[in-house]
Amino acid sequence: MKSKTIFKAIDIVLLLAAFGVAIAVDLVMPVGLPATVLKKGAVFAVVAVSMNLLNGFTGLFSLGQAGFMLLGAYTYAIFSIPLEARASVYYMQDHVAGFLNVVELPVVVAMIAAGAVAAIFAFLIGLPVLRLKSDYLAIATLGFAEIVGAFAKWEMLGPITNAPNPLVNYPKFSKVTTYFVAAGICIAIIALLVRSTYGRAFKAIRDDEIAAEAMGINLAKHKMISFVTSSFFAGVGGAMLAMFQSKAQANSFNTALTYEILLIVVIGGIGSLSGSVIASFLYIACSEWWLRFLDTPDVIPGLTRNGFRLVVFSAVIMVIVLFFRRGLMGDKEFSTERLVKGSKQFVKDIQDRKARKAKEVN
Amino acid sequence: MHNLLKLENITMQFGGVVAVNNLSLEVNEGEIVSLIGPNGAGKTTAFNVVTGVYEPTNGCVSFEGKAIVESYPRGKMRKTYAGENRGAYHKRIVKTPDKITKLGIARTFQNIRLFKSMTVLENVLVAMHMRRKSNLFTATFMLNRKEEKEMRRKATELLDKVGLLDVKDELATSLPYGKQRRLEIARALATEPKLLLLDEPAAGMNPQETDELTAFIREIRDEFGLTIFMIEHHMNLVMDISDRIYVIDFGKLIASGVPAEIQNNEVVIKAYLGVSEDE
Ligand SMILES: Nc1ncnc2c1ncn2[C@@H]1O[C@H](COP(=O)(O)OP(=O)(O)OP(=O)(O)O)[C@@H](O)[C@H]1O
Ligand SMILES: [Mg+2]
Repeated sequence: MKSKTIFKAIDIVLLLAAFGVAIAVDLVMPVGLPATVLKKGAVFAVVAVSMNLLNGFTGLFSLGQAGFMLLGAYTYAIFSIPLEARASVYYMQDHVAGFLNVVELPVVVAMIAAGAVAAIFAFLIGLPVLRLKSDYLAIATLGFAEIVGAFAKWEMLGPITNAPNPLVNYPKFSKVTTYFVAAGICIAIIALLVRSTYGRAFKAIRDDEIAAEAMGINLAKHKMISFVTSSFFAGVGGAMLAMFQSKAQANSFNTALTYEILLIVVIGGIGSLSGSVIASFLYIACSEWWLRFLDTPDVIPGLTRNGFRLVVFSAVIMVIVLFFRRGLMGDKEFSTERLVKGSKQFVKDIQDRKARKAKEVN
Repeated sequence: MHNLLKLENITMQFGGVVAVNNLSLEVNEGEIVSLIGPNGAGKTTAFNVVTGVYEPTNGCVSFEGKAIVESYPRGKMRKTYAGENRGAYHKRIVKTPDKITKLGIARTFQNIRLFKSMTVLENVLVAMHMRRKSNLFTATFMLNRKEEKEMRRKATELLDKVGLLDVKDELATSLPYGKQRRLEIARALATEPKLLLLDEPAAGMNPQETDELTAFIREIRDEFGLTIFMIEHHMNLVMDISDRIYVIDFGKLIASGVPAEIQNNEVVIKAYLGVSEDE
């Protein structure tokens, strides 16, 4: 009992330490690779966790993440660009939509609006699609993401989206800490949802739809709740990615982005929120920082060159996906207790094996 | 005694296969009624119609005097319908299984369907979700602590009653077979049903476990004021526990009555009882 409390305390300390790192980086090295990785990692963590809610906890396979992120990014940008800056952003358009001359939302409100717009679209797609077999959701959301991308680039919508030019000059978080706080709030809400009675209902649907329905769970309603919530946070994540990139442009919210996030979810463990968070930071750190040296031509002459990093990175990921089928965390959540017990077990296994080998030799 | 469940002229046709053919039966309040018949006779299909898994091709199901399911041959079935009593129904009432569970009909499954990633306790808690008072907001932000506590208390109490309290934190699928069957019953009870449908609750049990189950079914019937409608192959259990028995073969009712009548019914012996003794 007592050791349990100690482990819990260590968990909390670790969580605070993560925020401590953010504050330290802000103080010591506000620009540079570590700050970039932490910011982008936080953004991806939000989106990966939101995808895991749907794929991992409810068993619904959606491939629309990039589409919902785009909706979020554009909504955020459109509503938060300061009124006086709008003329300079939309200078290529001969006119802008009327509301753009009057509406300017504060950052937090615009972020919530970003989530809300994504959620509304999810609801509209979900109405027909969630009643069908779950494979259709992947196809429908993939198609949806493509269509949203096309619309964002469509000249007719230029007075709103500034197509085909990017949206810029909206307010951005400057500190790693701010990214962490925003991401922390989003992830905490999803974690609370997963632990609630609704979370149990989601897992029941994932485990056995027929049994879940026989236990009185309204499938259509609960799938919708999960899909809309997941999309809401994908929208918020999209807004955060727009901040990180300093410009919102349809091209960067493509299918490749969805696959990156899916990969993170798989690496972290389908059904593990903490796995998704850890995997997000590892993934971003590898792709943006730790493997950078491979792109420098003279590190290993004749081998390393621009783009080589991506080759190695893909290989590493293939190995992870092939040999750690269940990801880093499986469907378990991170806790110090599990880590300690797990490593003790690991050491014991090795000792057992050694002992057995020794016996065999004798 | 008035009837709680009533099937009228139920036909369930899959393509050319008439799995249930013009089946009518009644289950009265407080009774334990069994549905027996050879393999493939259409027993599980009848349960699936009652619980809303399948929409029947023809016929009507009422619960507590109200029609909950009703249909008639439509679309392609108008041409290919091979059951009896065509043209007797014109209305269509369909309900998803969760709605029917909410009305007070719970079930277990012939092939155990527990939530495999969840503990024994969580399996029961899932079944309590339906009668929650909290909403998405209050549940997420833990404003329903009282309700959650109450749910856990009730679930624990239920597990105690069915004798699974000591394994409440184990994975449901790690339990031995007999206990998994018990857990399925506990989970069904957690939906607070009036009518409990058991699909072969004794399947795979040895004689001793079967005897325990007999006592257990009687116990829960009395304790929860239930009505029980059961599919079963173990004849000892069926004859021992049933107030009345319905026998079907090839989807059609071939006999019904109290156990003594069924045991001595020539048609039944020929179609079924003789065969099943060697099984
Ligand atoms: N979804 C379905 N589609 C097509 N045919 C089906 C379907 N469900 C059941 N059947 C057929 O209906 C008939 C009755 O099946 P059912 O499962 O109801 O039998 P049962 O009486 O429960 O048998 P058992 O004692 O083996 O459980 C079988 O011939 C089966 O193949
Ligand atoms: Mg059956």
